[in-house]
Amino acid sequence: MKDVQTHLSRLEAEAIEIMREVVSEAENPVMLYSVGKDSAVMLHLAKKAFYPSPPPFPLMHVDTTWKFQEMYKLRDKAAKDAGMELIVHQNPEAKEKGINPFDHGALHTDMWKTEGLKQALDKHGFDAAFGGARRDEEKSRAKERVFSFRTAQHRWEPKAQRPELWSLYNARKAKGESMRVFPLSNWTELDIWQYIHLEGIEIVPLYFAAPRPTVERDGLILMVDDDRFPLEPGEEPVMRSIRFRTLGCYPLTGAAQSEAATLTDVIQEMLLTTTSERQGRAIDKDQGASMEVKKQQGYF
Amino acid sequence: MTDQVYKTDALIAQDIDAYLERHQHKSLLRLITCGSVDDGKSTLIGRLLYDSKMIFEDQLAQLEADSKKVGTQGQEIDFALLVDGLAAEREQGITIDVAYRFFATEKRKFIVADTPGHEQYTRNMVTGASTAELAVILIDARKGVLTQTRRHSYLCHLLGIKCIVLAVNKMDLVDYDQAKFDAIVAEYTEFANSIGITDFTAIPISGFKGDNIAGHSDATSWYSGPTLMAHLEGVDLDQNTSAAQEFRMPVQWVNRPNLDFRGFSGKIAAGTIKPGDAVRILPSGKTSHVDRIVTYDGDLDSATAGQSITLTLKDEVDCSRGQVITTASAPLEVADQFETTLIWMDEEALIPGRSYYLKIGAQTVSATVAEPKYQINVNTMEHAAAKTLELNAIGVANITTDRDIPFAPYAENRTLGGFILIDKMTNATVGAGLINFALRRAQNIHWQATDITRDHHANLKNQKPAVLWMTGLSGSGKSTIANAVEKKLARMNRHTFLLDGDNVRHGLNKDLGFTDADRIENIRRVGEVAKLMADAGLIVITAFISPFRSERQMVRDMMAPGEFVEVFVDTPLSVAEERDVKGLYAKARSGQLKNFTGIDSPYEAPETPEIHIDTTAMSIDEAAEQIFKQLLGE
Repeated sequence: MKDVQTHLSRLEAEAIEIMREVVSEAENPVMLYSVGKDSAVMLHLAKKAFYPSPPPFPLMHVDTTWKFQEMYKLRDKAAKDAGMELIVHQNPEAKEKGINPFDHGALHTDMWKTEGLKQALDKHGFDAAFGGARRDEEKSRAKERVFSFRTAQHRWEPKAQRPELWSLYNARKAKGESMRVFPLSNWTELDIWQYIHLEGIEIVPLYFAAPRPTVERDGLILMVDDDRFPLEPGEEPVMRSIRFRTLGCYPLTGAAQSEAATLTDVIQEMLLTTTSERQGRAIDKDQGASMEVKKQQGYF
Repeated sequence: MTDQVYKTDALIAQDIDAYLERHQHKSLLRLITCGSVDDGKSTLIGRLLYDSKMIFEDQLAQLEADSKKVGTQGQEIDFALLVDGLAAEREQGITIDVAYRFFATEKRKFIVADTPGHEQYTRNMVTGASTAELAVILIDARKGVLTQTRRHSYLCHLLGIKCIVLAVNKMDLVDYDQAKFDAIVAEYTEFANSIGITDFTAIPISGFKGDNIAGHSDATSWYSGPTLMAHLEGVDLDQNTSAAQEFRMPVQWVNRPNLDFRGFSGKIAAGTIKPGDAVRILPSGKTSHVDRIVTYDGDLDSATAGQSITLTLKDEVDCSRGQVITTASAPLEVADQFETTLIWMDEEALIPGRSYYLKIGAQTVSATVAEPKYQINVNTMEHAAAKTLELNAIGVANITTDRDIPFAPYAENRTLGGFILIDKMTNATVGAGLINFALRRAQNIHWQATDITRDHHANLKNQKPAVLWMTGLSGSGKSTIANAVEKKLARMNRHTFLLDGDNVRHGLNKDLGFTDADRIENIRRVGEVAKLMADAGLIVITAFISPFRSERQMVRDMMAPGEFVEVFVDTPLSVAEERDVKGLYAKARSGQLKNFTGIDSPYEAPETPEIHIDTTAMSIDEAAEQIFKQLLGE
């Protein structure tokens, strides 16, 4: 970025610095890639950080098999364009037991995502994993470190967090321990959108409004993305013009009714909107279990 | 509450492209808010978020409900609830930390470091201040300048924050009395000048009522200065000063995609660089010229402080991670001894003499901290004598690194003068430091090369030098076994010397006691002596309790690879205590002897010793034989 004094250029320079630090200090880093807009920005920054080298680590998608079809398409393309290896991990146990969001509720997230992530990190021996989380997303994230240390059991010990001063990151750890690293810690949702706009970063088309088949459940508009969606007797998917503010498993991600079909429309709508981003995610609502508890257990 | 009209809304709705164009040129300001809950800090931050429209309707609905339920402001909105998190979290000890909040206005994006203000959270405040360019110091108008005001101001000034805002809060509770405000400002001015703060901006506000936050208050017609928000938006940032300095960039990563490209990646810490500029690499001192400034967005004509870039040089010069590329004609100072100001951040106090990792820029080295010159009372700024620094203590101490590092005094450049200390065993960040200046003696003592080398010495004796380092509890049998090993070696015509713990304390180390710091100095000196003897070609046998892993590692690091042989003389405490050859355990148990290893001072057993002797399973002679055989590789 040419203009060096803007907030976006400073955030970009900081994220690049963080990534270079991880590559220098970790033995076997990996970038977690969820195919969402934050992942897209993180991947773009990785290309910048190491240019002309390709990013010196693989991309890893911890898959639940329940993502939107368009996400799978972009995932494979993005990895190929970046010249990076793509590792896809699906928890074999969850697969065998047929764990799904319709029948298993919170267990679905726990098995596919939390357990799946731990399995994948252990399987490949990754000692540092980049994640796209931001501090503005949720209260407990506001005090998360950029370099977040995990025990050999992948537990996050909120009380044992290391002080982080200046841009000096302590990446030392014992064998078996690992770090989660969040280069986008200081970005807000608006920063992400502005950066996507400014840099022309490709994102999943689901972020833009289009007529899509939907049903309404518990106040959330859900998209019927494939024929695994169990319809109630007599229920018919209704075509609605919708888009998504966040992307996850399609049966857990609520859509917003919208006509914003272009990036600037989306930003405009986001700026004029009156509800916070995570409202569309079913995960934050289950029995008040906070992100903090999930994180202690190893969720990103 | 949602009837507030924002002028930006119209632009967003009518011309989003124009809005985006304007907003991508926003600057960024990082600030810290200092004060405690009682000063209305959370209320103020909540108010800033609210006034800059960072609160969504669902959050606002929640806030209104919470305010009625648990708020402290009656039926009115309690903004503090927005940022305070939950009381339960606070009790879990999680919230008492640094939290980062974000808001943006027309002109700027703001990152707020929100830290607790009490003295027991000094480390959190220092952490938040380390990245802040501006500090808002909150004062309760009813209470005036308090001890904590002084502490917060001192810490912000220490960490190099140039822009200080004195926010005199709760003006509504003193009837917006100008005389009260003026008196507080006068008192603060006197204090600020005394610690070197030359400039600050005082604003009378009410976080609760919103006076002089986003808009001018009618209640303070006597005040003609900026509102808090206007000041935050308009204050001149320091960024250009570091851009005006000479060029400095710590190398983070060497970029080698193929044999034809060799780039040095880093974030510019100071100055500006252009292709063709002459540069010097420190500490090696090698020089070259910049060939290209490479970025993903194309080569740049110039780059300046704050940018993450990759440089290629015209010559093939050695340069690796941790080295610093500087302007050739004005390089950085290089030294290995410094006076520093330290902020201790760990439950375990500083141990003078212990070897810690020191990370500065992109470089990690080993460093030892001398006994502090003094500790600073953060409430009174008075200096007091100190043997160590406990959690949250701030003091001044000399530091010695195991190699030369390029640096700038912290007051000149945060990146080149700020460092952290890392415990070698736990890997915890235990302290943060600011380099004040280099100690001259480091520069004036040079290593004198001699012609007869250590290899000569060893060859003359026809043996391979080694340091057999016996470690174990008092009464484990170290000295007895060491004596038996030396006799065996002597019979084989090996040149040896036995350094015994008790004996050394009669002479070389007679000035040392048994505190942790003295134990470490004891081992350091013995290590240096053992090293000299190994250089002279001898096989050195030492018998010291040497209870700490770090110091055994320190001695290991002094020796040539493979020369240090750690022998763990493993005797369980119960067995050693039962033997109690010197009657010391009895004394320690009865309290006559303090700091006795195994009783009231810890013993850290070796994790992977070269030789492990289980004294409960073998005789002295068998033990000596095993060591002898392993040493001579039989």
